[in-house]
Amino acid sequence: MSHAPIEPNWAARVAIALAVLLALVTAITLAVTIGEMQIPLSTAFQALGNGMFDLGYPVSAIQQGVIFDYRLSRALLAALCGGTLALSGAILQALLRNPLAEPYILGISAGASTGAVAVMILGFGGAVLTISGGAFIGAVVALLVVAALATGAGGSSDRVILAGVAGSQLFNAATATIVTTLANAEQARGVMFWLLGNFGGVRWPDVWVATPVALICFGVCMLHAKVLDAFAFGADAAASLGVAVTRVRIVLFATTAVMTATMVSIVGTVGFVGLVIPHAARFLVGPAHARLLPACLVIGAIFMILADILSRILVPQQILPIGVVTALFGAPAFALILYRARRAT
Amino acid sequence: MTLAAHDIRWSAARRMIVDGVTLRAEPGRILGLIGPNGSGKSSLLRLLCRLRKVESGVVTLDDRDLATVPRRDLAKRLAFVEQQASTEVQLSVCDVVKLGRTPHRGALASWSDVDEAAVEAALERVDMAARHDQLWHTLSGGERQRVHIARALAQEPRELILDEPTNHLDIQHQLSILALLRRLGVTCILALHDLNLASLFCDEIAVLHEGKVVASGAPPDVLTEDLIARVFGVAVSIRAGASGRRHIEYLIDPPEPGVVTAPPRPALKNTHGG
Repeated sequence: MSHAPIEPNWAARVAIALAVLLALVTAITLAVTIGEMQIPLSTAFQALGNGMFDLGYPVSAIQQGVIFDYRLSRALLAALCGGTLALSGAILQALLRNPLAEPYILGISAGASTGAVAVMILGFGGAVLTISGGAFIGAVVALLVVAALATGAGGSSDRVILAGVAGSQLFNAATATIVTTLANAEQARGVMFWLLGNFGGVRWPDVWVATPVALICFGVCMLHAKVLDAFAFGADAAASLGVAVTRVRIVLFATTAVMTATMVSIVGTVGFVGLVIPHAARFLVGPAHARLLPACLVIGAIFMILADILSRILVPQQILPIGVVTALFGAPAFALILYRARRAT
Repeated sequence: MTLAAHDIRWSAARRMIVDGVTLRAEPGRILGLIGPNGSGKSSLLRLLCRLRKVESGVVTLDDRDLATVPRRDLAKRLAFVEQQASTEVQLSVCDVVKLGRTPHRGALASWSDVDEAAVEAALERVDMAARHDQLWHTLSGGERQRVHIARALAQEPRELILDEPTNHLDIQHQLSILALLRRLGVTCILALHDLNLASLFCDEIAVLHEGKVVASGAPPDVLTEDLIARVFGVAVSIRAGASGRRHIEYLIDPPEPGVVTAPPRPALKNTHGG
């Protein structure tokens, strides 16, 4: 690792920011133009102009709907989902000092889906916010169960992952029990498809829920960037550097639970993004969280948009669940990280 | 005035680990804690830097109750070097030392010239300035310990607390780390396993046994054949060494059977923390 100047100059920073923004816009443009319905690029831009600024181009209602209401909202939500899951992974990896930590592997996603399914099937109202609320409660419960299991088992790095596996199984079983005993056939089919991760049902109201959550949570994480660096040598080392360890843990675990729960309640469980992206980001910008966290947000966003495009074109006439696509990339990456961690010790 | 403990107690799993300890560090001097494994050295050190809360008694810093000092103020005053702290994060030497500036910087403060100067000075003092950009993982045990001390020095503390800083190091590095601490001129409280090293490098020694201080004072007054037999269960012969300090020789076959109460340990060096 080369030692970069401590304060890179402003021109370089602006250039990097512009390049990143350009990559994000390119990914969104691809997502908006690629799809089952062949729509020319010019029409796509006209539809975007109509939707955003009321420009009044002559675009058919169907094309307008597909481009603006369907594909754009879907692309934006994919970006928010990828960004926040990657952010959650980076936070969990730092706090737990474990390179394999992420919401999916630690069972937080499973807990959130149990909570969401409980609300959906047992029916405390069907609005998005109530499902998110159920997901949040599920995520927090899962986090507490996994933390208690891990502490009880000795608290070492490997135990946390084992506790996560046990937690995932437990909550997936709970979800399956609710679905099989209480849902009708129609509901069961819908839930099972949603559980694998699916951007198909995304519309603008989902984007309006996810955007403030993502921005606020990102802000909270950035305020803790330096503190997260101090966890490199463990909680005692952080405490002796003046970090309020307990408060920081509560705030940041709650933040990851909010981000995970929001995304699970909208798109279902999407695994491995939180695992792979932080490692890729660390490779590009180094381990300091002040740079790592924004990098995770953007790279996660771009990755998820591309994964969503892939899910739509990989099998003709069919849409793969997004969780399947991310697992196709994530599972080998998981193996690679495991292999490298073994070599390092 | 500096750090002092007044009759402090701390227990874990209903067992008293630190049982009514009173001791005082003298400014600019080295206070060594010795004692067998499980005698409460590590726990006592953690109480002194407030990583654990005392159950009764009080720790004072300049006559002020340590519990009332704000976290970040404490970290600017007191630094702690753990035994063998490691990380899986890919950090350079300079990244690690920079962590020492954490208490001096707000959440949004950018890296300042003062911070940079403190880091460079700290690396200079432990003789690691040339390794500035080297990766932490590629360092030897002794070098890692030096970097940890540099990180602690970057906090600009007046008191340094070290938990067996020489553990797992070869003899050359043990000596060089302790010589470094003497040169620093900072008040040091450290746990040590090796009685001869304690005799060589400490200004004061406190002997811990089952959570209690059983003797304290200057090394020649504390390290007696009788006390070592009683606390460590080994027979020794103590005489003046070439350095002018006392030298402790371990006797495998005790001259008078019956003096030794516990079976003699096969080796001096213990690999587990106390």
